[in-house]
Amino acid sequence: MTSHKRLHLKTYLMILVMVVAGPLGNLMLGKGMKNIGKITTKISSPGEFVHVFGRILASGTIWLGIAALLTFFVAYMLVLSWADYSYVQPASSMAYPVVALLATLLLDEVVSPIRWVGIAIICLGVSVVGHTNPRTTENP
Amino acid sequence: MFEVIFFSLIVVAGTAGELCVSRAMKAIGEVHDFRPSALVKVFLNALRVKWMWIGVGLMAVGFFSLLAILSFENVSFVVPVTALSYVGGALGGRFFLGERVNWRRWTGILLVCVGVTLVVIGKG
Repeated sequence: MTSHKRLHLKTYLMILVMVVAGPLGNLMLGKGMKNIGKITTKISSPGEFVHVFGRILASGTIWLGIAALLTFFVAYMLVLSWADYSYVQPASSMAYPVVALLATLLLDEVVSPIRWVGIAIICLGVSVVGHTNPRTTENP
Repeated sequence: MFEVIFFSLIVVAGTAGELCVSRAMKAIGEVHDFRPSALVKVFLNALRVKWMWIGVGLMAVGFFSLLAILSFENVSFVVPVTALSYVGGALGGRFFLGERVNWRRWTGILLVCVGVTLVVIGKG
């Protein structure tokens, strides 16, 4: 395998890790927090705040979510060490439709057609932002 | 009401945190050496910059706001709305870091705003 092909394969693999790990992390955070319940109605005193905070720290689902988000972050940092920011950022915006898709499949959330259109436009917007020059200031 | 507060905290505190971290990293200088020992040195240098501590604190506020809103809103609604951080990032980059935001980047940011508006409308 040529080094060019290997670089492409490595890049696609890292972007795949990002697009899967990021949404999965958010999904797990969402599931974990739903299990805890609406915190705005649960916290009315400092004691209750400590209790809810303790439940968050004790939730395995939330820790799995944090681990998945850390995986996303490491993959993001690694891929940025060899690939262009303007290439990686639009690709990483695929996390928005993936999170909506996984939420409908795994958490039974209902995503209306207008929300799908909104998500598609967000991806387009992020893609346009990503295709601008990543550095607009002089080196210090 | 709580949605507005938490989304504002996610976008404002999260973005402000990232901008502070970015400012701290700019103060440290571009990283050329990626050997583990050099990265540890960069990490230790980063801890000495006050912007890094402010940034990490603000990012923590953003993260806990995300957890709070996920306790009562759907993840398929919350995550796309957090794309508003691109708007905060552009404004902060322009006015806090002195970056030049060109018309193309503003167009992308406008598209993100339109998309987020549709996501919010699509909630009802």
